[in-house]
Amino acid sequence: MAGSHISVRKIDNLIRIDFIDRNILDEQNIHQIGEEILKVVESEFRPKVVIVFKNVEHMSSAAFGTLMKVNEKVKARDGQLRLCQITPRIHEAFVMTRLNRIFSISDTYETAMASFT
Amino acid sequence: MTNSAKAFRCEHTLRDLRAGLELVHPEAEAALAAHGFDEGAKFAIRLAIEEAVVNAFRHGNRNDPAKSVRYRAHIDDGRASFEVQDEGPGFDPKTIPDPTEDENLEIPSGRGVMLIKAYMTEVEYVPPGNLLRMTYRKPA
Repeated sequence: MAGSHISVRKIDNLIRIDFIDRNILDEQNIHQIGEEILKVVESEFRPKVVIVFKNVEHMSSAAFGTLMKVNEKVKARDGQLRLCQITPRIHEAFVMTRLNRIFSISDTYETAMASFT
Repeated sequence: MTNSAKAFRCEHTLRDLRAGLELVHPEAEAALAAHGFDEGAKFAIRLAIEEAVVNAFRHGNRNDPAKSVRYRAHIDDGRASFEVQDEGPGFDPKTIPDPTEDENLEIPSGRGVMLIKAYMTEVEYVPPGNLLRMTYRKPA
């Protein structure tokens, strides 16, 4: 089994996920990342999930697709998903694809945390 | 502009998706840097190459290991042009639903072509649609 591409910190139903890789491009890695996140999300009812993009420099459309699947799963578990610390260039891709309307995006981890209801 | 490094040209037959990308990305990035493309341009072009080559292997060749992808690049001081051709039957890009329409926003796939068109200056699918030509031009 390949090494994990994310780090997960979990306190009760609060889940913080950080990407380890700078590039989220390889489809196999993206699939693995998606499976790992979904497994964590599925273990909680009403999960509050923050995905931190601090280290990410490049991501592909396949990564957007995985994020959307995660969003669906979180909503199905009556939870909330926040994305934060996205670089301006990747944020621009969210805007171009209008996915900024689907996801709740915060500048910092703290503001993401504060936005949970 | 005083920068006049010799134009970069290459042509590759890619037989494996990841190995192919590991070949073309560093090569393109080095040429783009040599010809004075800024970080924003390099980000846009890398994304477009990634999406184009992934689509060629995945949707064009349908992951058939017997099929390859032809990749050509031309990078000079003013533009970066690429051709990506697969061995599939082609497709009509007009048939792809617009992923930015409200009714398609939550569909997880179908954003690769849209991102290529958004980031590159000129994009053309040559009929029958298995040859993609795309160019990024530096702003005047």
